[in-house]
Amino acid sequence: MQAPSKSPLRISWQALFSVLMFGFMYLPILVLGFYSFNQSPNSAQWGGFTLSWYVKFFNDSRILSALSDSLTVAFCAVGISAIIGTLMAVGLARYRFPGKQLYQGASYLPLIIPDIAIAVSTLVFLAVIAVPLSLWTIVAAHTVFCLSYVAFVVSTRLVNLNPHLEEAAQDLGATPYQSLVRVLLPELMPAIVSGCLLAFVLSMDDFLIASFTAGGGATTLPMEIFSRIRTSVKPDINALSVVLMVASGAVALIAETIRYRSEKKRLQ
Amino acid sequence: MSTKVPSESRPIAPTPQWLQALLLLAPAGVWLALLLVIPTLLIFELSLVPNIKPGDLVNPSGLGNYLRIFQSDVLNVIGRSLLFATGTTLLCLLMGFPVAYWIALLSPKRWRNLLLLAFVLPLWTSSLLRSYAWISILRPTGVLNTLLTSLGLPTLDLLNRSPAVFIGMTYSLLPYMVLILYASLEKLDRRFLEAAADLGATPPQAFWKVTVPQTLPGIAAGSLLVFITGLGDFINPELLGGTSSMTAARLIYNQFLGATQNWGFGSALSMVLILAVSLAIALLIKYGDKNASSL
Repeated sequence: MQAPSKSPLRISWQALFSVLMFGFMYLPILVLGFYSFNQSPNSAQWGGFTLSWYVKFFNDSRILSALSDSLTVAFCAVGISAIIGTLMAVGLARYRFPGKQLYQGASYLPLIIPDIAIAVSTLVFLAVIAVPLSLWTIVAAHTVFCLSYVAFVVSTRLVNLNPHLEEAAQDLGATPYQSLVRVLLPELMPAIVSGCLLAFVLSMDDFLIASFTAGGGATTLPMEIFSRIRTSVKPDINALSVVLMVASGAVALIAETIRYRSEKKRLQ
Repeated sequence: MSTKVPSESRPIAPTPQWLQALLLLAPAGVWLALLLVIPTLLIFELSLVPNIKPGDLVNPSGLGNYLRIFQSDVLNVIGRSLLFATGTTLLCLLMGFPVAYWIALLSPKRWRNLLLLAFVLPLWTSSLLRSYAWISILRPTGVLNTLLTSLGLPTLDLLNRSPAVFIGMTYSLLPYMVLILYASLEKLDRRFLEAAADLGATPPQAFWKVTVPQTLPGIAAGSLLVFITGLGDFINPELLGGTSSMTAARLIYNQFLGATQNWGFGSALSMVLILAVSLAIALLIKYGDKNASSL
């Protein structure tokens, strides 16, 4: 009983180290924020406050069209994944069939295989079946990993679900369709939403798969950013980073709140 | 989950079981088969064709592309990828363990969820922009060197060399390591630690004999995740490593979108990458099982 009584008196080295690591995690974000309001972009010195970088990128039509391409891809891919990923998770939890292991294995592959390998194989496939590359080929490719993430999150929720709920509904005369939509779906909703938010952020973030499946017709935001920052530091990109980080931070907070609330509800 | 209610008891003829299963599983199954399984088989076929360019006929004829991997320039690239991935894994483990330990065991209980969330929050932001931020920090006139100069210290030239890649990759992957180690440390049975202390073990002894063995599955899973993600990393070596830091991912990229078009060789490299990742996971499953049965 000696150790616990001693610990409140002094701060552990782990605590100090953790503070340092928190600093490490937030340093790049703070630096981007600092530069985005800094008038002199090419030195680390403070050159005065300005919003001109924000104005510049809000008037940049190439950035805005890339943003709209990215949002189109993310909304379509996540929308499709929300439906077929959830159906897949429910199906895998409910049925046994020959080849189930293989099916399940394939559904986990996009979580494991490096993006570059997925990008390459999708490009080769599209070339072989001679489908012209466009925004829609990016959607098709993104749906593969989005549906895996949605199904993965929904599956973990299904494991913790009371298996008798649906049986009860069907004993009371509900058709399989009714029990799915009225009983199972509301129970799964928090998991579906947080899976979708995760998939959405991943789709907005993907550079490799999009560059391989875009062809000349479409440019997503990561592709546009990559082509600009490769050579040097661009101050208007700093402003864009801050806007994007605030947006994705908000999405993250929503996702975590949903997860936290549903966990709390489950424990009650 | 069993819905084996006799169908005679239903007022309306119900959808048969096999049809329900098909309706649930077919859409995603078809999507995965078309855009994941068949493409992977296709690049395997393509990897057996030497010197193929877009538009050429596919005619499997040998292992030339795989033998090409054993030439010294390609081996160098693969060795560098392995070095980046291994170094990053070690750095993440060294930096991540104390953080996960502190959040899971030492920090005030009601702060734990919030602290963990705060630590992994940067993961939700664009990975491209986070690497880009490191350019601003590490470049010759960047934040780091301005700070060093003002302190009267010599400047560091890290950007476009491998130290910058290690920093960028460790930064990108550290949250994953902390998440997994946290999950493992949270489940740690503290009575073992108390028992060890009662029996006269010093804190380091208790750490190595109790904490580490109990969290070994988490350590293995976290290391594996960081390793395989690091192995396929494209953005950090590309943005921070300069021309001398070509990795396997970049070499594959070049075979398809770069100047040197060689789809067969690129496919062979991709197959090797997929194989390496699968092997690592197979090892984890084997190792994890052994660990579980010994408990």
